Amino acid sequence: MKLTLKIWRQKNAQDKGKMVDYKIDGIEPDMSFLEMLDVFNEQQINAGEEPVAFDHDCREGICGMCSLFINGEAHGPDRGVTTCQLHMRMFKDGDTITIEPFRAAAFPVVKDLVVDRSSFDRIQHAGGFISVNTSGNTIDANTIPVNKKDADAAFDAATCIGCGACVATCKNSSAMLFVAAKVSQFALLPQGQVEAVDRVLNMVSQMDDEGFGNCTNTGACEIECPKGISLENIARMNREYMSASLKG
Amino acid sequence: MALDSKIPHGPIADKWTNYKDHINLVNPANKRNLDIIVVGTGLAGGSAAATLAELGYNVKAFCFQDSPRRAHSIAAQGGINAAKNYKGDGDSVYRLFYDTVKGGDYRAREANVHRLAEVSANIIDQCVAQGVPLAREYGGLLDNRSFGGTLVSRTFYAQGQTGQQLLLGAYSAMNRQIGRGKIKMYNRHEMLELVIIDGKARGIIARNLITGEIERHSAHAVVIGSGGYGNVFFLSTNAMGSNATAAWKIHKKGAFFANPCYTQIHPTCIPVSGDHQSKLTLMSESLRNDGRIWVPAKLEDAQAIREGKKKATDLAEADRDYFLERRYPAFGNLVPRDVASRAAKERCDAGFGVNKTGEAVYLDFAAAIQRYGTEAAYVKGLDANDKALVTKLGTEIVKSKYGNLFQMYYKIVDEDPYTTPMMIYPAVHYTMGGTWVDYNLMTTIPGCFSIGESNFSDHGANRLGASALMQGLADGYFVLPYTIGDYLAPDIKMGPISTDRPEFEEAEKSVKDLIANFINNKGTHSVDYFHKKLGKIMWNKVGMARNEKGLTEAMEEIAALREEFYKDVKVPGTDKEFNQELEKAIRVADFLELGELFAKDALHRKESCGGHFREEYQTEEGEALRDDDNFAYVAAWEYKGKPSDAVLHKEPLNYENIKLVQRSYK
Repeated sequence: MKLTLKIWRQKNAQDKGKMVDYKIDGIEPDMSFLEMLDVFNEQQINAGEEPVAFDHDCREGICGMCSLFINGEAHGPDRGVTTCQLHMRMFKDGDTITIEPFRAAAFPVVKDLVVDRSSFDRIQHAGGFISVNTSGNTIDANTIPVNKKDADAAFDAATCIGCGACVATCKNSSAMLFVAAKVSQFALLPQGQVEAVDRVLNMVSQMDDEGFGNCTNTGACEIECPKGISLENIARMNREYMSASLKG
Repeated sequence: MALDSKIPHGPIADKWTNYKDHINLVNPANKRNLDIIVVGTGLAGGSAAATLAELGYNVKAFCFQDSPRRAHSIAAQGGINAAKNYKGDGDSVYRLFYDTVKGGDYRAREANVHRLAEVSANIIDQCVAQGVPLAREYGGLLDNRSFGGTLVSRTFYAQGQTGQQLLLGAYSAMNRQIGRGKIKMYNRHEMLELVIIDGKARGIIARNLITGEIERHSAHAVVIGSGGYGNVFFLSTNAMGSNATAAWKIHKKGAFFANPCYTQIHPTCIPVSGDHQSKLTLMSESLRNDGRIWVPAKLEDAQAIREGKKKATDLAEADRDYFLERRYPAFGNLVPRDVASRAAKERCDAGFGVNKTGEAVYLDFAAAIQRYGTEAAYVKGLDANDKALVTKLGTEIVKSKYGNLFQMYYKIVDEDPYTTPMMIYPAVHYTMGGTWVDYNLMTTIPGCFSIGESNFSDHGANRLGASALMQGLADGYFVLPYTIGDYLAPDIKMGPISTDRPEFEEAEKSVKDLIANFINNKGTHSVDYFHKKLGKIMWNKVGMARNEKGLTEAMEEIAALREEFYKDVKVPGTDKEFNQELEKAIRVADFLELGELFAKDALHRKESCGGHFREEYQTEEGEALRDDDNFAYVAAWEYKGKPSDAVLHKEPLNYENIKLVQRSYK
């Protein structure tokens, strides 16, 4: 396959950045999108040009490191995958592919396609945990049975990989899906009840401080989420937040 | 220097308890005066950082990823073992201990493994208390599955994302401590040197990967939890960034490196498809609970399949060779990983491979779909003879168990594993070898500890499935927090350590010199060019089957490649910026040394055991042939300048509780 790549190049956080056009040849449909970029970078290095910086690590769709906005969609045109699981068979010979970073005020660009998502970490620091110390004397794991439906729903929420596709997709750059996934996981489990009130208030407050936008129920985040995190979680978080505000 | 494993005296079941009762403790007020550096934030590093901070120590944690949540433990799929005996199928601490020692082909340290089995149940309690959503049955209690090399169901899981859920649990425990200011987190930082003062580990030199700045960090102890070295093969199931740099840097500063040749080749990975390939993807071992592994029984069928003239589903039952069930009737498809991998290689080498390259076997779920479907039809009172209905019901159940894995396979291979068998082939997955540690998890450098995959201690020559998560969390949550206190007790009055000391100066200079060499080199080939060459040497000559000739050649070839690398590598950009090529160059430089030591270790070990298979040492049936008289020891290598000059130290392995026999899964 022969392709034209339009790639966002930005030297560092201070640089203004711009789109640059490149040509690439010899791409096979079985390659992953990131392997295509590996080939591209090898070509750049051999030509004495700067390779393009992009985040990636596990390359099997679970670490959440890869974060490309491809042809206007977070993680590209396929559904239910991260960028590393996107394969070139989704494209045609001669295509022009636009590659940008995940853009949001709360995700400043580090270089080229790499962004800083530490705002997500800070939201988790505010309340994304259950306060149990490690002791070896916690109660036996089977002491509290958990309804399978709730356990499964908690698991589904917990599969969020923190990639930020929801934020990059949202017209308001809202992080509601990300925050709701964590709030929901704990809200659905008996272990999470003790700190439920503080958790939702603190996490939402930190989310606002980081400069993420509000949710206007468009639902684009759910569609672009590589792990299929459901909008129901946002509804659940709103309920949790409302009841916490009354109690708190 | 003689190796002292510091194994406590007494009966094996009492060692850990007695040890804990008699060690030195640090009182809570004094813990506030002690700093600990933790490098790596996977299951071992993350759980250690959180627990040490809970205890009151000041922790500085480092990871090269943009968040501690992305450490490669996240990709572990299948499960975590624990001797809970919730199934009532006869499990116990002793059985988990026994299975792990046997699974490791009698090359692990008994006392460490027993401790691991003892704390395994605590891990599950701890994780559930943290809100980790492990799989449950309809009655609300925790579910279990079976893994290779065992006859009980002791594996806890969260679909095919167990590592993710456990790591997010450890990450959440870290977040609580970061929020309290007890952990200072350094994301996108890479440790590039260890600082030793008066013979003790007292700090590290790290590079800020965003700015390129070289930073000095001091502490009273340094903990390495940086994972394994599988990426020495270039292609492996490791993440692209997984590297051995932290472990190798401490090795060069005096930490012995143990059993580097013990590497796990995992039997169920998606086969290599071409030269562009950047990594290999694992299909969880849990699939072997329900998948049956086979190749065509006739060579002509295998050839027809390779040429695309026949499909797997065209072959009748009689024309299929379920080779694991045939060779190992007792364990069948659930033999340990090393055994399953070699059996697949044997069939493919004999010409029965089923993909274009001839290096793939089938993993077939048709029988499981029928079995589950029939059961579901009975439960729902439907017609169990309706084939379409049974297939539909069975598919739904298989989907609920392995849905994410099947989806992953479909996205990569573009074939539907519900209707056509998966194709799999062995790939490098885990490294049992690593820095040598004593019972306290301390390396041969006082004050420098090594935990999780980066140490060597618990898995012997082969790791059983679902044991890596167990070991990482055992080390971090339940072992290191005790042993490190015993070490730190004399340091309570020491106060903070200045980074202005000449030892920091010197270490920083060596890092800066190394980086300057790469940046100024202006060679002709990229880092990947060398890494791929190294990977080919490793896979062809130090891979699944090894022999003296190949290993000798490998050592020479790697040494030559290393020389070429330093002369001719090209690293674009500068050192004062985000520079991914520079990061890779530093890591590959270490792999180019480690690979040679790896081959040297494999060459010296004139026996076959676990993941180390020497063609010269096998039984008539092609099984691994151990030599307990001469090789029942840990090979701990001391750095002496060049990997080929490394000096061997032996830690004899004394089996007081388990009798050494030839491992049989028949």
